[in-house]
Amino acid sequence: MHDNAVFSHKVLPFFLLAPQLIITLVFFIWPAGQALYQSFLIEDAFGFSVEFVWFENFIYLLEDPEYWNSVRVTFVFSAMVALVGMILALLLAAMADRVVKGASAYKTLLIWPYAVAPVVAAVLWWLMFNPSMGVLPFWMDAFGYDWNHYVNSGEAMTVVVIASAWKQISYNFLFFLAGLQAIPRSLIEAAAIDGASPFKRFWQIVFPLLSPTAFFLLVVNIVYAFFETFGVIHATTLGGPGSSTKTLVYKVYEDGFVGLDLGGSAAQSVILMIIVITLTVVQFRYVEKKVQY
Amino acid sequence: MVENRPWLTVTRHLVLILGVFIIGFPIWIALVASTNSSSEFVSGLMPLWFGEEGFGNFRRVLANEERVLGVSVSASWMMWNSFIMAMVIAVGKIVISIMSAYAIVYFRFPFRKTCFWLIFLTLMLPVEVRILPTYEVVASLGMLNSYAGLTIPLIASATATFLFRQFFMSVPSSLMEAARIDGAGPLKFFKDILLPLSVNNIAALFVILFIYGWNQYLWPLLITTDEDYYTIVMVIKRLMSAGEGNIPWNIIMTTTILAMLPPVIVVLGMQKLFVKGLIEQEK
Repeated sequence: MHDNAVFSHKVLPFFLLAPQLIITLVFFIWPAGQALYQSFLIEDAFGFSVEFVWFENFIYLLEDPEYWNSVRVTFVFSAMVALVGMILALLLAAMADRVVKGASAYKTLLIWPYAVAPVVAAVLWWLMFNPSMGVLPFWMDAFGYDWNHYVNSGEAMTVVVIASAWKQISYNFLFFLAGLQAIPRSLIEAAAIDGASPFKRFWQIVFPLLSPTAFFLLVVNIVYAFFETFGVIHATTLGGPGSSTKTLVYKVYEDGFVGLDLGGSAAQSVILMIIVITLTVVQFRYVEKKVQY
Repeated sequence: MVENRPWLTVTRHLVLILGVFIIGFPIWIALVASTNSSSEFVSGLMPLWFGEEGFGNFRRVLANEERVLGVSVSASWMMWNSFIMAMVIAVGKIVISIMSAYAIVYFRFPFRKTCFWLIFLTLMLPVEVRILPTYEVVASLGMLNSYAGLTIPLIASATATFLFRQFFMSVPSSLMEAARIDGAGPLKFFKDILLPLSVNNIAALFVILFIYGWNQYLWPLLITTDEDYYTIVMVIKRLMSAGEGNIPWNIIMTTTILAMLPPVIVVLGMQKLFVKGLIEQEK
């Protein structure tokens, strides 16, 4: 750190920090505190009566099968988004790492979906999967498969997973490509001289060296699927059919803004905060570990 | 390369071309849909080739002729709103983050660690997990339906602060000592030495933050009821809720293209900086 070279002003640093700190306190810490406080209250929708109920909101939540359904949906959804997005991205990155001709053209054509909003991605795939005139169900029909994501919950989940993962492929691709390009060529050449085939080289040398990148991406993708895909669900399935695509974030929104269940929504917010904190700590542990190498 | 196996090279190109097609297919569909009339989406297979209505669709959406968007404002106005939101968020985040990173790296003052941790906490509290209380705070400050409400609550940024902190710590301290010997104060050092050194980092961060701001969905959805403040990304959802059979797909896809265009142009136009800025986040 810059310990030997610092300015000795006492007031200036606070002026410099003030905007960031004020916004943090007013729009982050204060609402988070409010959520924590409200999670211990039961309030009727009109605000006439407020009662302090300790952990009743949490107990109610944890006994609610709807909530557990939402937990399950979120985990399935996030795992699928992370897996689909990462596997396809790794495949493309492994291919792009070795091509000589057209490498930058491929890169350009693969990274632009990063700029697409999740809700826009959802709308695009929702049209393509439209049961009555979408192009994909039309093709599936040729194989005798009848697609309808309005009634089939597995199919609804498939659409939101594909839309969310599609948008994330470019991000994963860039990180995998950077990770691949950081692997010393001499290692691969040594293995080649020893007679290892390209596939063997990939699995036994490249893949293990890529695992820190893969772990980082796993956390980032899970955070993305947990928290940034609200628009995907909100614009297409609305959590349905039934509650088969109702993720935790969508449920917080629905219970709070549509159902006006303030205490229940606040309790859900608190649980979500715990999840984010855990994920962030995991991510930073990893970063620290990497620094020691 | 280590060895030359032509079939492997061919496979690589095939996989990549297939990838490019799968990634690009939705855009093809959107472009095609935006050039067809709404009657093409009523029954049978959706159009897979360009129609004649492209010019008309874009004109109607951009000017909101015949209220095609179902709201009282035009797509061009909503793009302007999105642009303001993206710019204020991107510039605002960069300004306040560079200031706080400067304070944290170059000064020693009481509660320095506490300030650092407070900023760090914002990383753990995305809007999505504290939807309702944040809405209440913004409402009680009278910031609903305003540009201030759309932008200021999203401006705090731990990631940008960390990035600048990391960068400042890599600047040799001899630079600062030299500046001090020459009699430069902290503000002069910041303006004349640190800022010019940070130009690349700022530009890279700008690309990422502009996209972040432009693509905001949940936040504008919550705090705007006045159509004058609608953004282009959130209006798409309103068109979607017309009910199955009545969804104006050609209008939606035209709007979708307009909503994608600015951030995609920014990414492709500043590709090198964007990639660099993105990869730095991992460090």
